[in-house]
Amino acid sequence: MSMGSDMYRQQILDHYKNPRNYGELDDATFSHVGENPLCGDAIRVDVKLADDGETIEHVSFEGDGCAISQASASMFSGELRGKTLEELDAMDRDDVIDLLGVDISPVRVKCAVLAEKVAQDGAAIYQGEKEDMDMTTTEE
Amino acid sequence: MLTLETLPTVMSTQRAESLDVERVREDFPILDRQVGGDVSNPGAGPDDTTPLVYLDNGATSQTPERVIDAISKYYREYNANVHRGVHHLSQEASIAYEAAHDRLAEFVGAGGREEMVFTKNTTEAMNLIAYSWGLEELGPGDDVVLTEMEHHASLVTWQQIAKRTGAEVKYIAIDDDGRLDMDHARELIGEDTEMVSVVHVSNVLGTVNPIADLADLAHEHDSYIFADGAQAVPNRPVDVEELDVDFYAFSGHKMCGPTGIGCLYGRKSILEEIQPFLYGGDMIRKVTFEESTWNELPWKFEAGTPLIAQGVALAEAADYLEEIGMERIQRHETELADYAMEQLEGFDDIEIYGPPRGEDRSGLVSFNLDSVHAHDLASIMNDYAVAIRAGDHCTQPLHETLGTAASARASFYLYNTREEVDTLVEAIDSARQLFA
Repeated sequence: MSMGSDMYRQQILDHYKNPRNYGELDDATFSHVGENPLCGDAIRVDVKLADDGETIEHVSFEGDGCAISQASASMFSGELRGKTLEELDAMDRDDVIDLLGVDISPVRVKCAVLAEKVAQDGAAIYQGEKEDMDMTTTEE
Repeated sequence: MLTLETLPTVMSTQRAESLDVERVREDFPILDRQVGGDVSNPGAGPDDTTPLVYLDNGATSQTPERVIDAISKYYREYNANVHRGVHHLSQEASIAYEAAHDRLAEFVGAGGREEMVFTKNTTEAMNLIAYSWGLEELGPGDDVVLTEMEHHASLVTWQQIAKRTGAEVKYIAIDDDGRLDMDHARELIGEDTEMVSVVHVSNVLGTVNPIADLADLAHEHDSYIFADGAQAVPNRPVDVEELDVDFYAFSGHKMCGPTGIGCLYGRKSILEEIQPFLYGGDMIRKVTFEESTWNELPWKFEAGTPLIAQGVALAEAADYLEEIGMERIQRHETELADYAMEQLEGFDDIEIYGPPRGEDRSGLVSFNLDSVHAHDLASIMNDYAVAIRAGDHCTQPLHETLGTAASARASFYLYNTREEVDTLVEAIDSARQLFA
């Protein structure tokens, strides 16, 4: 067998089967939803900001979809805690792929970056930098 | 096992001699490929170490050497534009291109080249009729009847034409095993029906629809019928006159031909009446600054420089398939799908879609494994170099009916083997264990 199954290393499978930060945040500052039409992945991300209005205090998510999208959301939600909205905005797809720690095949990158894009769009809408939209999608 | 009394169609194909797969495989150079390395450089590379198991034939089929040679021969020896040169090469190209229409017409039982239009693919053939006929003829109060198992090629096309004309689209329901509900068809097809547009063989369920019966129903109510044969022509004998359809479309790349070419069969009397779809060179007879008149069939529907290399190569593909025998291909595919279903049915955590084994169905199996998303499954299959399709297969509404966003599909063709089915099942098992 070739190298590809690296994509499903234990850590990813663990986050998929036992997602962290899963559920709804009652006191979220903002929430946003998104989907990846390729796999039919869907996700909602809730973010609660600290009193300074900039620092992310807590993140949770709920979703349904492939292992890559859901494990990525689980890992990413933990990573965001303590970051500022500016830091969130500055993140790109490589940050998520580093976080996952595996090679993501090109067609599956859209799955991996879904949570990140949803969080970034949610933050931009909250700050008035982006017009409100029904949902984020990771299809080009 | 199969009982012959209940299976007239399968029975007739069992008379065909079985296929020498090992010999067939030698005709397809790509089947020697190994994969697994860097995908950013197309073609074989040093890190490709796992032998390819290609089970995505419903998406596109592989190309035999002689079809590749036909393309190569065209460009090496007689590449020229058709219908506009008196020079030698242009005459050679024109004769070959026109003969390709005759060949494809014959392949599906059409009357001749006048009834065989070359298009880009099945989707464009569908759009051609939807724009040329539908946009002109449909209006409020008219119905277009489709099925719940339509591919987006026909579903989206008629949906959008209906929006523009005020016509209504209605969908014939399917039962739990993915067969058309013919009682519902009889309810829906009525006085207001102007077009019945149905898929001949479902690209997800493998269902073979009763096209001739639907044609009778349509014609009883003075409606046209358009059958989408993209998943039928590659793997079973098709005769448009026997099916009694008004329009029939299929794609070259799913039947050992090149990409970029599809075929539209249309009844001559109808094609003569309807307006062209695309305008431009070659499709005209006489042009003035004010007016134009149209060329004869089928050229009236082939504007601009047509698909010359693809056309002659597709004719070669038709020769190739016919020499092997469409009934043999159908039988081989059916046996492989049966074998795959038999293996998969042994697992409680696998749901298979479509009609049960033993019924007339095409050589594909769509399924889901409980614990593993179809895309994860396809990624893990890829580790075994097993190429399958995962997703909605251009049938999002059908997947909604099935209650899932995505499914995995293995689709077989004349060069696939039982050993490849075994590799598929092994790879599914390893995915199951990985996610357990």
